[in-house]
Amino acid sequence: MIFSVETWQITIFSLGVGLASTLLILPFGIVLAWLFARKEWPLKSVAETIVLLPLVMPPVSTGLILLKIFGRRSPFGQWLYNRGIEIVFNWKGVLIAMAVMSFPLLVRSVRTSFSEVNPRLEQIAATLGASALKVFFVITVPLAYKGIVAGALLAFARALGEFGATILLAGNIPGKTQTLSLAIFNFVQTGKDSEAYALLGITVILAFTFVWFSEWLLRTRKTV
Amino acid sequence: MSTNKIICFILLMALLFFSGMRNAANADEILVAAAASLTDALKDIGKAYQAKSKHKILLTLGPSNFLARQIDEGAPADMFFSADLAQMDLLEKNGRLEPGSRKNLLSNQLVIVVPADSKLAIASPKDLLKSDVKKIALADPAAVPVGVYTSKYLADEGLWDKMKPKIVPVLDVRATLASVESGNVEAGFVYKTDAAISKKVKIVFEVPIEKGPKITYPVALIKESKKKEAARDFMNYVSGAAGKSAFKKYGFVVFE
Repeated sequence: MIFSVETWQITIFSLGVGLASTLLILPFGIVLAWLFARKEWPLKSVAETIVLLPLVMPPVSTGLILLKIFGRRSPFGQWLYNRGIEIVFNWKGVLIAMAVMSFPLLVRSVRTSFSEVNPRLEQIAATLGASALKVFFVITVPLAYKGIVAGALLAFARALGEFGATILLAGNIPGKTQTLSLAIFNFVQTGKDSEAYALLGITVILAFTFVWFSEWLLRTRKTV
Repeated sequence: MSTNKIICFILLMALLFFSGMRNAANADEILVAAAASLTDALKDIGKAYQAKSKHKILLTLGPSNFLARQIDEGAPADMFFSADLAQMDLLEKNGRLEPGSRKNLLSNQLVIVVPADSKLAIASPKDLLKSDVKKIALADPAAVPVGVYTSKYLADEGLWDKMKPKIVPVLDVRATLASVESGNVEAGFVYKTDAAISKKVKIVFEVPIEKGPKITYPVALIKESKKKEAARDFMNYVSGAAGKSAFKKYGFVVFE
């Protein structure tokens, strides 16, 4: 029972949606981090603060905001609903909750690694005729890639641990939206401690692996 | 300028991503939003029902106030099984329930639990006022049904104001049980059905059914459901003989 088919399904579902969430936020995170690290623009500090909010706000309140935005009662939720896109009580809700909650960690790590790239190298490439886009992909990203991967791993680990926003937006539907965190909650709710501990073990192993690897990348990166 | 190009590219990718994510609704899946305390009973009932019906039962489990909130925001549940009348009243007032579908199905009993190895002499709610009882765990009396019921009962007994400083509001019934099990509080109020699943607590007092607050688990169909006939069929099954015997097995009081 402890390592049943159900246990593996929950684990694979969590890993799959967590991976999709990380891939989804990766391009946005990279661009935003670059805009934060390299550009000056009006209200930048306000934008930076807003991006960090999900990191410090109670996840349940973030979930409530997401439910308001994506619920059928809101204009946007209604618009999605009319197009047959369901977010609430659906795996897409899990994806969005994970994405929103892990986004700040990604942006923060990537921003730091962009800041550590010597702007002189970018300027030299530009004077040699490289377009801004080329400088970004040929100079900045390769020099910062360890920080980017480390940030993505950290975001992935955070996504796997997401609970509060997920249960409000996606519900807790076994076999449909139930992630590791939600399943642990349910087993605790119904007094099934041994099943809860089995999932807890899996969660600890996964979290440890990704966080350790993320830290290792940051330790071994060279700063130019 | 090229920054704009990058942003355009990413927005395009996002658009492609989301447009590929449509999927068709499966008409035979009934989504039941249910209070977490009903998990085991409803899983059993759902399994038995699926064996004789073509419909599939999906449960989404959480605190009743979360579920009511979700349904109120238009979450696509077909049926709501609440542990509390107030949450159902709220949805009824907002016009979210299928008219005439609501019924009161189950009841539960409040009990006082203490750690299984507790030496304190607690035999009635009054004993909780003694000085050696420092903390009492209770699911948030402002929001969670069991907390609301308990505070109402204690107020009727004239004990709430004196006991209030000792109350530690926690997330829900399970959190109450967990804090009693760990010995971090001297006592807690939970439902009898929840006390039964823990071996590390013992029941020292059962609030008499006629004296205690009327604990009611109402059930109703959701107005916006697209699978109303299937959901109605399942609701009849839940409130029929097979459903009732499953609930009794888990310690619920079933209304006849």
